[in-house]
Amino acid sequence: MTEKIGVYVCHCGTNIAGMVDVEGVAKWAAERLAHRGVVIARDYKFMCSSLGQELIEKDIQELGLTRVVVAACSPHLHEQTFRTACARAGLNPYLCELVSIREQVSWVHTDKAAATAKAKAVLSGGVERVTHHAPLEPLRVPIHPATLVVGGGIAGIQAALEIADSGTRVYLVEREPSIGGHMAQFDKTFPTLDCSACILTPKMVSVGNHPNITLMTYAEVTKVDGFVGNFEVTVTQKPRYVKVDLCTGCGVCEEKCPKKVVDDIFEVGLGKRKVIYRPFAQAVPKYPVLDRENCTYFIKGTCKACEKFCPTDAIDFEQKEEIITLKVGNIILATGFDLFNAHRIPQYGLGRLPNVFTSLEFERLCNAAGPTNGNVVMRDGTTVPKSVGIIHCVGSRDENYHAYCSSICCMQSLKFAHLVRERTGAEVYNFYIDMRAPGKGYEEFYHRLLEEGVHFVRGKVAEVSAFARLPGEEGHLIVQVEDTLIGKQRRIPLDMVVLSAGLEPRHDAKQVAKVFGISCSADGWYIEKHPKLDPVATMTEGIYIAGAVQGPKDIPASVAQGAAAAARVMGRIQQKEIALEPVRASIDETRCSGCRICNALCPFNAILYHADTAVSEVNPALCQGCGTCVAACPAGAISGTGFSDEQVLSQMEGLLLRNLQPVEV
Amino acid sequence: MTEAFEPVIIGFTCNWCSYRAADLAGTARVKYAPNVRLIRLMCSGRLDPTFVLKALASGADGVMITGCHPGECHYLEQNYKAMRRYHLLKRMLAQMGVEPGRVKLVWASAAEGVRLAGEITKLVEEVRALGPLNWPTAGVAAALPAKPAALEVPA
Repeated sequence: MTEKIGVYVCHCGTNIAGMVDVEGVAKWAAERLAHRGVVIARDYKFMCSSLGQELIEKDIQELGLTRVVVAACSPHLHEQTFRTACARAGLNPYLCELVSIREQVSWVHTDKAAATAKAKAVLSGGVERVTHHAPLEPLRVPIHPATLVVGGGIAGIQAALEIADSGTRVYLVEREPSIGGHMAQFDKTFPTLDCSACILTPKMVSVGNHPNITLMTYAEVTKVDGFVGNFEVTVTQKPRYVKVDLCTGCGVCEEKCPKKVVDDIFEVGLGKRKVIYRPFAQAVPKYPVLDRENCTYFIKGTCKACEKFCPTDAIDFEQKEEIITLKVGNIILATGFDLFNAHRIPQYGLGRLPNVFTSLEFERLCNAAGPTNGNVVMRDGTTVPKSVGIIHCVGSRDENYHAYCSSICCMQSLKFAHLVRERTGAEVYNFYIDMRAPGKGYEEFYHRLLEEGVHFVRGKVAEVSAFARLPGEEGHLIVQVEDTLIGKQRRIPLDMVVLSAGLEPRHDAKQVAKVFGISCSADGWYIEKHPKLDPVATMTEGIYIAGAVQGPKDIPASVAQGAAAAARVMGRIQQKEIALEPVRASIDETRCSGCRICNALCPFNAILYHADTAVSEVNPALCQGCGTCVAACPAGAISGTGFSDEQVLSQMEGLLLRNLQPVEV
Repeated sequence: MTEAFEPVIIGFTCNWCSYRAADLAGTARVKYAPNVRLIRLMCSGRLDPTFVLKALASGADGVMITGCHPGECHYLEQNYKAMRRYHLLKRMLAQMGVEPGRVKLVWASAAEGVRLAGEITKLVEEVRALGPLNWPTAGVAAALPAKPAALEVPA
């Protein structure tokens, strides 16, 4: 044994010492592990205190320790503390091992003798493992200053503006012809009732005009290569059939286009649009898009009205899909949510009963720029409803659909109730399970609605039907509900029903997650690095998330996350380079047989195969250090830093006390 | 043999989920059997099946393998690879005459401290019921790449 190992056992006040004989463990290590290289074993009240750290530093310098093992709390808490202490004393920080005898021993066991014996085994495992540690240096990679923001909803807009204002380049990629996202479709925003478009469109214009923002709408990210600081992103630009450098956005083409189709996207099927169109009047960018599938010229070969009337010759029927490659250092994903498809709950009658509306349809009905000019009317387009029911939690808090709470529907439903009262004076019934109003001013808004005379019925609606059974039900929709506050079944006849549908992950969220190499929950929401302390970072370095892509969120929360993600990216850009944990796999090419088993196992495409030399190689900047390839290599040619076979197996020998004389412990 | 048999279990944990679940169990003071000793890996995908054989050959009576739930792997999909290896390993253990119940794969997210604690206690009881693993150490250990230090007996 050439290593000189120092062992430090922490009391953590009574947190450890209350259940583990700490002095006994240290004494045991000094005696029984001396032959394994332990030259000193100490116990101390609080190892993480500055005095405790100084103890270690002094020993490193005076005794010439080459390895340090600390038995204390979880490495997730204080690994960095003790590594830094070692570094201060001139020892490579990666030659320190922290083993947990608090979270994994003293706090979870009740028998002092058993806990002490386990603490000894855990410490012994650490001593064996640390022998195989190697001095490591963190990997340093430069950060490209440009940023990609994916998704032009309010979260993406906020993120793009924050970063662009700080003076670096932002590419904002949006799938639809215009940025704005769901917020552009809304009429009012809760609880202040300010007009959605009035607060959103100035920001959209700022994005369109910003010298540091390259806006790419009607485009999608199809491939992401590279790693933090050095991503290479492939964007597919769909053809607009409009030359944007010539187009002035005058709108003549749209006016002259002879064909109208139902607008399923922006007007959710309630209104019509031309075949060459801008989704809405304030669209950014101002350039229209030609819908090839419905265009008379593309179907029949004649028409070209748009081209004829365009004053700047901007129409180009020959335009092709374009592939653009971008270099960026960081990526923010703000791709938002889909509305729950309420057709999935047939008993609520959407699509079968004409006067059942979705929440997004209702938003368009209320919107002054919408298909009814803001008149709340029934499906016939003229009749004003005299009674309206709003059903909460449609698709949310329901084990058949989504078990989670969509968080915005209560407030959205209250907003709808207010708008119905304001615009029509109709009787309004809100059917809710629980009223959730946790934001600033939200509870006050609920009370305001109570005072406005809206009926609140606590109970989950069983069915919406058109089968009249009782007097007064004829010609109405009948909502069957158990009113749980009075303990009675009720049948409430209404003219109109609005389904306050929940939010769900984008239908293609999982594919998109794969493109960017991040993970989603079983539902499909993207997973943040830490749910409380790191909500906008992901486990993939350099990729951030903002807004409803991470989980249901209202506008203020989405904006906050957009800004937060921007701040994280700006911090990275400022640092100019980033240090990466050196937990990586590497291949010993003299032992690699070129079988390529590892190639397909790597989800990060970090393993390259060199056909000329018939060996594989790991790109350390792409490797995330999971070690799957290490476990798979039949030749044992791959080793994983920090988690090598020797480290794992020797720790196991130590845990099983195979390193001791066979006596009672 | 009047004393109750106390099995020794080696647990392999994923740095991102089950190791954090173990931390959480500690923070929440959830109690479980002291028979388990954990080894941290970066991912369940790092688990070389020979680790399990080696553990059983070196004196462990049971092995617990833990990872992120399907679809929640920190490294996207490496837990699926662990799962595939686990099923092959179980079959192989049966062929070798080792009760497959000694090795168990458990999914535990970072939020599931209580679940992990419950699974540990359950496995300890199951292995206790199976009794000590009388692995023919001499023969098999020789077949495995033996680490010299492992057999070293101090003076």
